[in-house]
Amino acid sequence: MGDPARIWKFGDNIDTDALAPGRYMSAPIHVLASHCLETVRPEFASQVNEGDMIVAGANFGMGSSREQAVEALRHLGIAAVIAQSFAGIFYRNAVNLGLPVLECAETASAQDRSAASLDAVSGKLDLDDGGVLNCTPLPGFLMQIVNDGGLVPHLEKRFSAGASR
Amino acid sequence: MAQTLAQKIIAKASGRDAVAAGEIVIAKVDLAMIHDSGGPRRVKPILERLGRDVWDKDKVVVITDHFLPANTDDTRAIQRLTHEWVAAQNIAAFHDQMGICHVVLPEQGHLQPGMFVVGGDSHSPTGGAFGAYMFGIGATEMAGVLATGEIWIKVPETILIEWTGWLGPQLSAKDMMLRAIGELGMDGGGYQAVEYTGSAISALSMQERMTMANMTAELGGQAGLIAPDQVTSNWLSVHGMQPADFSDWRSDDDAPVMARHYFDASELAPQVAAPHSPANASPVGEQSGEKIDVAYIGACTGAKLDDLRMAASVLRGRQTASSVSLMVAPASKRDQEIAAEEGVMAVFEEAGAIILPNACGICAGYGNNRLGENVRCISTTARNFRGRMGAASSEVFLASPYTVAASAIAGHICDPREMAGGT
Ligand code: SF4
Repeated sequence: MGDPARIWKFGDNIDTDALAPGRYMSAPIHVLASHCLETVRPEFASQVNEGDMIVAGANFGMGSSREQAVEALRHLGIAAVIAQSFAGIFYRNAVNLGLPVLECAETASAQDRSAASLDAVSGKLDLDDGGVLNCTPLPGFLMQIVNDGGLVPHLEKRFSAGASR
Repeated sequence: MAQTLAQKIIAKASGRDAVAAGEIVIAKVDLAMIHDSGGPRRVKPILERLGRDVWDKDKVVVITDHFLPANTDDTRAIQRLTHEWVAAQNIAAFHDQMGICHVVLPEQGHLQPGMFVVGGDSHSPTGGAFGAYMFGIGATEMAGVLATGEIWIKVPETILIEWTGWLGPQLSAKDMMLRAIGELGMDGGGYQAVEYTGSAISALSMQERMTMANMTAELGGQAGLIAPDQVTSNWLSVHGMQPADFSDWRSDDDAPVMARHYFDASELAPQVAAPHSPANASPVGEQSGEKIDVAYIGACTGAKLDDLRMAASVLRGRQTASSVSLMVAPASKRDQEIAAEEGVMAVFEEAGAIILPNACGICAGYGNNRLGENVRCISTTARNFRGRMGAASSEVFLASPYTVAASAIAGHICDPREMAGGT
C-alpha cells in the first residue's frame, strides 16, 4: 500500500459537465479523466491518488446521464463517493460501474486532503482526527452489484448460472 | 389501494396489481431509446462481453443526434459504428439525422400513455408528457436492459406541481419550468416522480408539455408526468398511433403524494436563469440590459415547432442586433419542414439567423459553433452549467424562445412583452 487514502472535499451540485466535460467526450477515457473536475479544482486530476475518496455536498453528479462521469472518477482511482445526496442517474451509474456511493447527512467534520478509511458495508468513515461519520450503506441488492464489480460482471454471473429470468 | 399515475405504470410493468413507494421492483421495459453518444458505441462491447443480442429488436429505437454533423474522424467513426450495429441487430426503428431523440421519438409514433420506457439520455423524462413513465439511464445500465429487457426501479413518491390560472402572452412552458426550478432548486424533484396538473397545464400544446416534462431533469425528478387527455389523444392520431382508451392512466384522487406545490400561471413573468445554473432563475426585468453576443434557439427543450413559432412571432419583420449572432438549430427535420411551409424559417433567415443542423449541436458542447472565451449567450436550452456550451469563461442565460428572440433583436436581455408589434 502507498499513501493512506485521503478525502477530497467538494460542495453542492457538482455536475456531470464538470466531471466529464462535453468537449472531451469523444476522446479516450484517460484524456477525459485528466480534465475531470478541472473547472472546480484544477489540481484534482493530477494530484488524486488511487484509493482516495470524494466527500461532497448535496446533489452530487447532477446533469447528464453520461457514465463517463463515473468512469473518469474510477479511472483516477477514486474508491468511493460520499455525499449528502446524489443525483439519481449518477447514483445508478455508480452502482452499475461498481463505484460505492454512500449518502451521509453530516459531512462538515471531514477535512479536505486528510486521511480517512471507509467500511462500505457498515457505512462507517473513520477520520484521522478520530471522528467517525455514519454513512448510509447501499441497500443489499445494490451492494451485491457493486461487490460483483458492477452490472456487467453481475449479469455475467447470472447468465453463467443459467438463471436467465 | 389508491395509486399515483407513476405507481400504476410501474405496477403494470412489474406484473403487479399495485406497488408501494420505496420498494425496489424489477420492471419489464416496453421500449428502450438510445442515441449515437450513449448508444451503440457504448453498449456494443458490453453486449458482446455478455454474449447477448438485444432482447427484442422491435422494442429498441436508435436515433442519431449528438455527433452530427459528423465532420471529424472520431465522429464519422461513431456514426459508422452506429449504422453497422443497427444493421447487425436488425433494428427497424432507426431514425438517422432526423433530429433530436426526445423530439423524434414521439414524432415517429413510438410513445403511448402507460408505457414504461428507458432512454439513454438524461432528458428522457420528456416522454412523460405523453403519460409514459420514461427516465434516463447510463450506457452500462442500458446494455443490461438491452440484454434482459428488465430494469430495477425504486418505486418513487409523487410530487404534484399544480399550475392554476392561465399563461399570458409571450409566456411559455419554459418560463413555467424555470420558475419552478428557481423556487424548488435543482434537487427539488428528489429523484421522485413529478406530476404536473392544473388549468395552465391542460391548456398547453403537446410540445409545450414536452418542455415541462423535459426540464424535470433540471428539477431533479426521475420522471415528469402529465396525465393524458384530449390533447394527447389528438396528437397520437395525427402521428399515426391508435389513441386507446387511457382514462385509467391518471393518479387516483386519494393517492398519497409526497408534496404539493402550487404556482399561478396568471402571475408569471418571463423568466431568465443567470449563469451557471437553471436554478438562478428570476423575472426577466431583474436581468434586462445584460449584453449578449449569441442568441441560441436550439435543443430538445427549445427548438421544437412550437418553440420556433414562438421565436418567429417576435422576430417577424425584424433584424437581429448587429452585435449578436442568432443561431437556430430546429429540433427535428419534420418540425423544420413544417416551419418552412409556414414561413417561420423565412422569418429567421430574414432576421439574419444562422440555421444549423437538426442536432444537439452546442447544447452539448459539440461541434464548431461552441461558445468561445468570454462569450455571453442567451439560450432556449435546458442547462447553463459552466463550460457546457463551450469555453469555461463563456456565460449562458436560459430563457424562453420569446425572450431569446427579443434579446437577439435588442442586443441585450429584453422582456419580449416590451417588443411592441410582435404577432
Ligand atoms: S439537445 Fe441538448 S438537452 Fe437535448 S438531448 Fe441533445 S444535448 Fe441533451
